[in-house]
Amino acid sequence: MMTNIETTPAEQMLGRLLPTRRTESFHYTDLRSLIREFPAPVITPETGGDNYKRIVDASRLPIFDGKFFDALKDELPAGVTLVQDVERPAANGLDDTLLAINGLGESDAFGVVIEGDATSEKPLGLAHMANSAGLTNVYHNVTVKPGANACVIDRYVSSDGIAHVSSAVVDLSIEKGATANWIIIQEENTDATRLARLNISLAENADLNVFILNAGGKLVRQEINVVVSGENANLDIKGVNLIGGNSHVDVTTVLAHSVPNTTSNQLFRNIMTGQGKGVFQGQIKVHQIAQKTDAKMACNTLLLSDDAAFYAKPELEIFADDVICGHGATVTELEDDHLFYLMARGIKERTARALLVEAFVDEVVEELESEPLIEALEEIIARWLEKNG
Amino acid sequence: MLEIKDLHATIADTDTEIIKGLNLTVQAGEVAAIMGPNGSGKSTLSYILAGRDDYEVTSGDILFNGESILEMDPSERASAGVFLAFQYPMEIPGVATMQFLKVAMNEQRKARGQEELKTPEFIRLVKAAAGDLDISMEMLKRPLNVGFSGGEKKRAEILQMKLLEPKLCVLDETDSGLDIDALKIVSEGVNALRSPDRATVVITHYQRLLDYIVPDSVHVLSKGKIVKTGDKELAKELEANGYANIIAAAA
Repeated sequence: MMTNIETTPAEQMLGRLLPTRRTESFHYTDLRSLIREFPAPVITPETGGDNYKRIVDASRLPIFDGKFFDALKDELPAGVTLVQDVERPAANGLDDTLLAINGLGESDAFGVVIEGDATSEKPLGLAHMANSAGLTNVYHNVTVKPGANACVIDRYVSSDGIAHVSSAVVDLSIEKGATANWIIIQEENTDATRLARLNISLAENADLNVFILNAGGKLVRQEINVVVSGENANLDIKGVNLIGGNSHVDVTTVLAHSVPNTTSNQLFRNIMTGQGKGVFQGQIKVHQIAQKTDAKMACNTLLLSDDAAFYAKPELEIFADDVICGHGATVTELEDDHLFYLMARGIKERTARALLVEAFVDEVVEELESEPLIEALEEIIARWLEKNG
Repeated sequence: MLEIKDLHATIADTDTEIIKGLNLTVQAGEVAAIMGPNGSGKSTLSYILAGRDDYEVTSGDILFNGESILEMDPSERASAGVFLAFQYPMEIPGVATMQFLKVAMNEQRKARGQEELKTPEFIRLVKAAAGDLDISMEMLKRPLNVGFSGGEKKRAEILQMKLLEPKLCVLDETDSGLDIDALKIVSEGVNALRSPDRATVVITHYQRLLDYIVPDSVHVLSKGKIVKTGDKELAKELEANGYANIIAAAA
């Protein structure tokens, strides 16, 4: 009898390992039932020719099908160093599925070290594009050295019609007094599965702004784990999740404030259309010694379809007594008053709705400092709304 | 230009009748003031003219240049030339005022078959109109009405009115929340728009605004009907003696 003859070790392992809803942090995102077929790793990465469309002027590091194409990279700004073949963190036992997946196949692991004011003029672009069906993985280890000022755009796109599964693990370390903007732009196709994790550590006086745009994918799980371990560090996470069709997008953040006098602020705006499913889980842990922590978290959802659903779960674990911690989640529809006001000025209903929906998320985008980046993001959002609104 | 004929209207959700047989005619070039006590239906009338769907017209008609506008949605009415200056302009976060003005002007131009404004022409028009109303370009970069003071909101309404060049202007309690200087600026803005081919309906509680925007006719609204019509002297009489006598006499 022939059984499992086509099954690769990856598939065998993953079938066993994928978490189900019985695991607390996957309660709303049951990976074992959502990922029915796990593909084998891509053997021969494809560049996809000129398919990758740039959105801003950045120094690009091209990563196609999980493989870094050194020969196609842009000139690196002075102060940026690449470290090829860095060591991946070991999976913490077999429990940590994402890391286990991330270690499969021929994927690349490389590091970036940023010193000085290297990327403040022109951001560094980690340009990921999937061109082949199958499993691809990337691991990046990025260090922003003391006092440096960095802007990195970490973007993920895929060729149309490619059913692929990708994992991306990024370890980001912001050292003493460094300032960084970390922008994640996810525009995968509607067949794509993306499992992503961003691990962040913040040293003393570090200041990090994370912005994340989810504007694609069939199944997306984005984890952000942060340890705020230096005093007077500040973290800002802003996110826009555009979720329509049959997509399932989960953003799960775990923030640990482990020293006194640190601040964090998380704000997510979600637009739900079609039969989209969205999840935000935000955990904030304030250690006993982390007095004067100021941590805020808000998740606002605009529900434009009766068939869409959003699940928001805040979790605060506070062991210090002198802290400010706040969280809020709202779900709203478009306001009739606003619609009437715009229409009373001659703006047609369809245009007025589009203006208001865009305004709901553009408000967050416009807090970014770079004008070209704001324009690029707003264009992606407008295009998504045109298709899914 | 505007003919309201035996209009009856209810709040759509509750069927409570607010407008109960209202008749009013305003000619081109005329400024008509509608005065009345709280709860007489003044703001409701303004919303019904603009086409807000919280109200349902149960009988009667509203003719604008001879044609019924009841079947038109708010944007169609606006493009046809009806403009409502809101008593409480909505704050709309995320929509930049300049962007809003440009979209509104161009949507109306499109609806009328005119060519869309190019950006330099648009900016020139806004700058000219804003200067007269003491509105800075800084203020127009902010989201629509967000964080504007009461006076700024009212001036922004008049700015929109100037730029959109309506045929029928309906001003709902435009004087509320204005200090005397702002009242003068707003009134001058409205007066500048007076023209033989434009009608204006000024809805107000007090005579004060009518010292600056002098009406051709004054109509007293009570319990959803016009109970008395006169000239500008009627407004002064109301200011001196209150509404009670006139309403009692009309009842």
